[in-house]
Amino acid sequence: MAENMSGAANVSQEREITPFERLMIVRNKNRPTIRDYIPLIFTDFFELHGDRFYGDDGAILGGIGRLEGTPVTVIAEVKGRDIYENKASNFAMPHPEGYRKALRLAHQAEKFHRPVICFIDTPGAFCGVEAEKRGQGEAIARSLAEFMTLKTPVISLVLGEGGSGGALALGVCDELAMLENASYSVISPRGFASILWKDPSKEEEACGIMRITSHDALSLGICEEIIPEPAGGAHNDPETTAENIAEFLVKTLNKKMAKDIDVLLNERYNKFRKIGEFME
Amino acid sequence: MLEDLFKMVTTRFNGDEKNEIKEFKCPRCQNGCGADELQKNMWVCPECGYHSRMNARDRIAITCDKGTFREYDKDMQTANPIDFPGYEEKIETMQEKTGLTEAVVTGECTIHGEPCIIGVMDSHFMMASMGSVVGEKITRAFERAAEKKLPLILFTASGGARMQEGLVSLMQMAKTSGAAARLSEAGVLYITVLTDPTTGGVTASFASLGDIIIAEPKVLVGFAGRRVIEGTIKQRLPEDFQSAEFLLENGFVDFICERKSIRRTIAHLIRLHRPPVKDNGAALADSSPADKSPAENKSKTSKEKTVSKENDENMGSNGNASNAGNANNASSANSAGKSDKSEGIFGAHKNKPGKGAGKNG
Repeated sequence: MAENMSGAANVSQEREITPFERLMIVRNKNRPTIRDYIPLIFTDFFELHGDRFYGDDGAILGGIGRLEGTPVTVIAEVKGRDIYENKASNFAMPHPEGYRKALRLAHQAEKFHRPVICFIDTPGAFCGVEAEKRGQGEAIARSLAEFMTLKTPVISLVLGEGGSGGALALGVCDELAMLENASYSVISPRGFASILWKDPSKEEEACGIMRITSHDALSLGICEEIIPEPAGGAHNDPETTAENIAEFLVKTLNKKMAKDIDVLLNERYNKFRKIGEFME
Repeated sequence: MLEDLFKMVTTRFNGDEKNEIKEFKCPRCQNGCGADELQKNMWVCPECGYHSRMNARDRIAITCDKGTFREYDKDMQTANPIDFPGYEEKIETMQEKTGLTEAVVTGECTIHGEPCIIGVMDSHFMMASMGSVVGEKITRAFERAAEKKLPLILFTASGGARMQEGLVSLMQMAKTSGAAARLSEAGVLYITVLTDPTTGGVTASFASLGDIIIAEPKVLVGFAGRRVIEGTIKQRLPEDFQSAEFLLENGFVDFICERKSIRRTIAHLIRLHRPPVKDNGAALADSSPADKSPAENKSKTSKEKTVSKENDENMGSNGNASNAGNANNASSANSAGKSDKSEGIFGAHKNKPGKGAGKNG
């Protein structure tokens, strides 16, 4: 771990990686996805399907497994590793039934006193006719509200892209970590450029001012920890990245599981309550 | 830069309807009318009934009992959390144009005598996008409602998250939704009134979390922008896509309510959520037949059953004549006219349109 930390530090010392370059690392087609990480981090993993209302969304994976022996519920957005996987997971853009599946599994975890670990990796919630019909807005809103009061520890981790409300829906948690090159943003840089400058091709420029990197999120008080990646990005050494993730999860879960649930819920509320800058 | 300028000019043109625009051209039916006529009609298009965008000041005037509104956090000002270039100037310009400090006004008031906390978003201020100030004021409104045990009524309108505050604005969705969840745990009534347009991060947070969700007729409500979806599916979407009626059909609003009846509707809903008076049997008996739905009355005594039957009959005639989405409420509202404060929502609005608003001048 210490070795990796210094490795990452060396990289940033050589030359500052720009936010846009980090985005390119995150979008590298060889970047490990949750399907790569699960066997490296969890044992006895069972995938659980369906929202019990409408269907099973391939963009969100859920299940139960063990993290160093402790049963945990895992909820994750699924990037595909090839065109077939991406077709099945809709390029990690969930529909409402995906968020409803996530919430179902979160409540199941609450019932059995299992902590929840959420992995965020999405360009955003899906924008389409069916998504609107089935209440994309409501599904995300419900997720935000119910994760806030979920009576079990919740840890979230941004693996790659954390795009907008679709990412935040799995981001209401006791502690948020980001992989070093991951991004977290209010809208995709492309969408940002398109709205503010009417020119989606100014993506790189948008990256420059949006403050979307893990370091930005840390300094804004939105993320609590940056998990180091091997030089050049997680795809260069998925095993080491997985070890780093597991180490963070074990450490953080031990800390959160030791807390009284009311204390935990108050701290969770206040973690978000204090975000915002204004004068009065 | 030129585009920015253009955007500012169009915003200014649309900015202050009351002072600058003499003619109203309906964006739905393209018919026009004078600004005075529009105002008299509570900013509803006289031709097609489109409920046009109102500024917060007018909304408060037609919703709250006259002189009862006391504003919260009046001086809260936007900072620039991600040092976005030109953001402070943009805010200043918007403040000058709208006379508002930010895109939401919150406070306490009474509506038909019922004390409540109210929040009104104003789309003329940067499309009522949610940044730190909007998020904080809405959150405080939730917290005060929980603390004072006062019902919270939010009139939503928004283009979504405030781009200029980046990730900080995204987090306001979690903050406000968390506050909504806490209010819900406190057992306090929360009503949202979706007005034109309610979209993006506001739809995906507190706007969708009301115990009761009301929409004004024909307003736009959705998560993703229409053009974004049309771009994805490469075809034009039907006119009524993401309309209030579309949401009703798909099960995401409780009912659609015309602007002229909103005051009475809200007051009535607040009364329906008053805890029953335990030590005063007479008071309960007076109000219960009107306030109970037919389903709830099934478990009551035979005497009360008769009353509820009358209600059902009332519903039959009144429900047919009023908005389909409102049929259930119509029954209780109609007979609620017997009790002192209650005014029949739908019966009254049919007979004396605009009465609620007239009171406030």
